[in-house]
Amino acid sequence: MYKGQSGMWSWLLHRITGLGILLFLFIHIVDISLLGFGPQVYNDGILLFDSIIVRLLSLALIGAIVLHATNGVRIMLIDFWSKGVRYQRSMFVVVVAITIIAFIPTVYFVLAPKLFAPVVAWFFTIKTH
Amino acid sequence: MLRVSNGLGQRPSSGGFETASWYFFRISGILLIFLVIIHLIIMHVSNDVACTTYQFVTFRYANPFWRLYDWLLLTLALTHGMNGLRIVIDDYVSSARSRVLLLSLAAVLLVTFFMLGTITLINFQPVAGAHGATCLHS
Repeated sequence: MYKGQSGMWSWLLHRITGLGILLFLFIHIVDISLLGFGPQVYNDGILLFDSIIVRLLSLALIGAIVLHATNGVRIMLIDFWSKGVRYQRSMFVVVVAITIIAFIPTVYFVLAPKLFAPVVAWFFTIKTH
Repeated sequence: MLRVSNGLGQRPSSGGFETASWYFFRISGILLIFLVIIHLIIMHVSNDVACTTYQFVTFRYANPFWRLYDWLLLTLALTHGMNGLRIVIDDYVSSARSRVLLLSLAAVLLVTFFMLGTITLINFQPVAGAHGATCLHS
């Protein structure tokens, strides 16, 4: 039995996250190449990554990266660790658990500057008039 | 040594291009875990993306270490990713003609994006006296 089991899902997730990360890599190489056009153009490009929608996309990307990386470790353990095959299913549970656990602080770090900074700035701004 | 199978005769039991690719996935994967995690911490934890401005890059790239770091990240991520795309194309495209076409397209993409990234990293020279804002606020 392979179809519908954890092995199929880990394989499918590895493939989808990998292709998604590659797509972002192409975008990222292009946005970094804006450096060649000077500070105004580059900062206009970076401003895009500051928007809440792109921050949410960044979160999805980081989640995909963590899943792909931890599942990659799982694949290597299956390949090189003598007990890897026996524990492949429980290792997949660990992969998903690590991804979810790592995702929680990531949500804070990526969204907090956008969500809380304006509120904090407003609260501490001294009204001079 | 590297031998590319022509699909005729016996399959090489080891040492072929696919074996090299198999090892490359694992070696580049291990390196990428460290490179990417450090990269993500720098860009999203110790700094906010809104502060990764032209000025930020100017300070960072004053040290050639970070150019080398980013070039390693570019090279490993792109080759690891494109090798993955190559396998996906091999898996799903059954017609030999389309496969050759798509694999060629992938090769062109690899070279183009590798060159674009490398040229950007080498060429970057900050515009004197015009570094722009420290952080962006919209």
